[in-house]
Amino acid sequence: MMDTTRQIFEGINVAEFAAIAAGPAIGKHLADHGARVVHVESYERPDGFRANYPPYKGNQYGLNRAGSFGICNNNKYGVTINLKEKEGVDLALELIEWADVVIENFTPGTINKLGIGYEEMKRVNPDIILLSTCNQGQTGPHALHPGFGSHLSSLCGFTYMTGYPDRLPCILYGPYVDHVGVGYGVIAAVAALEHRRRTGEGQFIDLAQYEAGVQFMIPALLEYSINHRVIERDGNRHSFAAPHNTYPCKGDDRWCVISVFNDEEWKALCKCMGRNELISDPRFKTIPARKEHEDEVDKEVGKWTSRLTAEEVFKKLQDNGVKAGIVQTIEDLYADPQLKHRGFWAPVDHPEIGRCHAEGPPFAFSKTPFKIDRPAPMIGEHNELVFKTFLPAGKKKQRRD
Amino acid sequence: MEEKIKLLQDCRVLDFTNETGFLCGKILGDLGADVIKVEKPGGDESRNLGSFYQDIPDPEKNLYWFSYNHNKRGITLNIETETGKEILLKLVGKTDIFLETFPPGYLHKLGLDYASLSKLNPKLIMTSITPFGQSGPYKDYKGSDLVLTAMSGFMSVLGDPDKPPVRPTLPQSYMWIGMHAAEGTLMAYYHRGMTGEGQHVDVSGQAGVIWALSIAPSFYDLNKEVPKREGSFITGRSITGAMLRAVYPCKDGYLTYVIYGGPAGKRTNRRLVEWMDSEGMAPDYLKNKDWDQFDIAKVTQEEVDQLEEAYMKFFKTVTKKEFFERVLENDMLGYPVATAREILEDEQLKARGLWREVEHEELGTKITYPAFSTIFSSIACDFWRRAPLIGEHNREVYGEIGLDNTEILRLKRANVI
Repeated sequence: MMDTTRQIFEGINVAEFAAIAAGPAIGKHLADHGARVVHVESYERPDGFRANYPPYKGNQYGLNRAGSFGICNNNKYGVTINLKEKEGVDLALELIEWADVVIENFTPGTINKLGIGYEEMKRVNPDIILLSTCNQGQTGPHALHPGFGSHLSSLCGFTYMTGYPDRLPCILYGPYVDHVGVGYGVIAAVAALEHRRRTGEGQFIDLAQYEAGVQFMIPALLEYSINHRVIERDGNRHSFAAPHNTYPCKGDDRWCVISVFNDEEWKALCKCMGRNELISDPRFKTIPARKEHEDEVDKEVGKWTSRLTAEEVFKKLQDNGVKAGIVQTIEDLYADPQLKHRGFWAPVDHPEIGRCHAEGPPFAFSKTPFKIDRPAPMIGEHNELVFKTFLPAGKKKQRRD
Repeated sequence: MEEKIKLLQDCRVLDFTNETGFLCGKILGDLGADVIKVEKPGGDESRNLGSFYQDIPDPEKNLYWFSYNHNKRGITLNIETETGKEILLKLVGKTDIFLETFPPGYLHKLGLDYASLSKLNPKLIMTSITPFGQSGPYKDYKGSDLVLTAMSGFMSVLGDPDKPPVRPTLPQSYMWIGMHAAEGTLMAYYHRGMTGEGQHVDVSGQAGVIWALSIAPSFYDLNKEVPKREGSFITGRSITGAMLRAVYPCKDGYLTYVIYGGPAGKRTNRRLVEWMDSEGMAPDYLKNKDWDQFDIAKVTQEEVDQLEEAYMKFFKTVTKKEFFERVLENDMLGYPVATAREILEDEQLKARGLWREVEHEELGTKITYPAFSTIFSSIACDFWRRAPLIGEHNREVYGEIGLDNTEILRLKRANVI
């Protein structure tokens, strides 16, 4: 049944001079599919996710106890190199010579100052692929402006459009736009590998997380430039669907969602609620009518859902063709039978954290399944392996041409 | 400077996706692939979703369609007819990538699933995008943006704590899914280049939105803590449980400013206090604050509240533009809460050459689009063509498989195309 046991990026070496989410999560996706990814940090400057960000296992601080680091770095090799020392820079260049792809997410210009800029990289490895990802891009008047994903998500328009009209805008939990940049980073890295497969040449990639985020905003941009309307946050309302909202369910802070896009789905919903009389009610007959009486629609639906669990609403409505869901908590995600079926939460055993889980990819390949079998590295865990075994083996041995 | 190449120009993509998967084909198109969007005769239903050009409800004027179907040619085809199926099989012989969003099992019934098509073209890559995946207990369940935002857990961390959870008003889940589908599809394409082997890529919408949660799952995984919605506040940055305000009202809208530690955070706070002081709005406790001793991981809610109260008063006196200029000049962390208008006017994006005025000759106007997602030194990633009209490239594409104009007209009359 399986034609191959070869993983997609088998033989591809990646060196990551990157920290927090935006760079390392790109390398994680390559590692899940067989790339050998070396994550570089230093004892002087450990990855920010180790050093500054909870959660820490058991709420006990420790460089090897960070969950945020764990989720972005499974299946990688961890090394420490002090790039402020000449010897460290030489070692970094050796690693760059070994690599096919380098991922970095420092502030623009930093790698040049450190002596490992693109020109230096090309000197030791002429066909290297360098993926630089940062907030605003490598060029332009704001290139050097520092920022985190949580700030950039606001500049990129996402915050303004989230929440209720009579309240402040809500943030999108964390560094939302960083992870949009991660997806586009994976795309860019694979495109560059394909380019190198065809031409033998490397290249430089300038990825601005801001510009990646803009791709998720195009309809709002057209709405403004063409129809001169700013899309305002509107709770869960939808301009051409009703009911379309979150509804309370049995239990503490439990919710379901129901979205009805046509009259067939409305009829099915009424039947599920045991409220056939609502089908012919002129207030609710068509979408425009339901939009006009949306508060009343929501009240009727909410009366029904609050007697049931979110799981009951979900099953009952989906079994009858109505688009419904559970507002799953993060705890729910770990018990979700569909995610379980897909092997989404991949168990790994970490020497300090113990049993924890990495996230599998949202796509499943029929012939080249992902393989997650190692937790994120401890700081400097693979210094000996990488420096003594990977590096002298050299790229000649690793790469097929 | 060498000329950039259209990386995927020899790659033919048949795109049978609905609104949940448009972005995937667009991304392949950005990289130069010949993407053919296939619609039902008369046009896809998705052409009626959302807003329209000048609010004229016309399937040829749909803004969502414009947004995510550019860089594609467009044909119509009814694959539920025998003739339509034959035509599809001819097209598949020349296809590298087949994108689809049909319910699981639909293509199997038509004899057009991956197993059947790969016999005809073993190198074919098929990417199937569905709300929950091709197999498993939820495979037949339906999705919408609201359902996927909820089922992925993303909604549980969005919204005010005293109100029901919310989704972003501009749908985001289809963007996540389309982007991830493009990642998987390109990986399979690279693999095919290395080995000659095609395969099936099964994308789950639910799983595709989970990265929008960033690191939130690790709180539960490690410590059984469940992150929840906290409105305009960031949580999880401090081991004391302190919440940090991330949205402040200002004179003409909102700002994002977060009290951070670390060198950049300390610098930012120090400079903000200097700014406040120059306006006579810095209370003594702020002026006397020793930022070097400030530790965000250990800060208490009481201390945070005291800082934020003064900041809140001050920010109400500044405009978004003043704030933006100030943070840029002084290397401070923070940005205005921008709307589409500000994104279109942003100096950085303009300087990067992001915007492209694209001719819509059918509307007699030009529309502004972002031209690229990424800048490569050797690969062209660009805006190549506006989204297709219904059946706009029927003659072109069907001509390529040997159908002449008479035959094309006959197929049109028979409602096959």
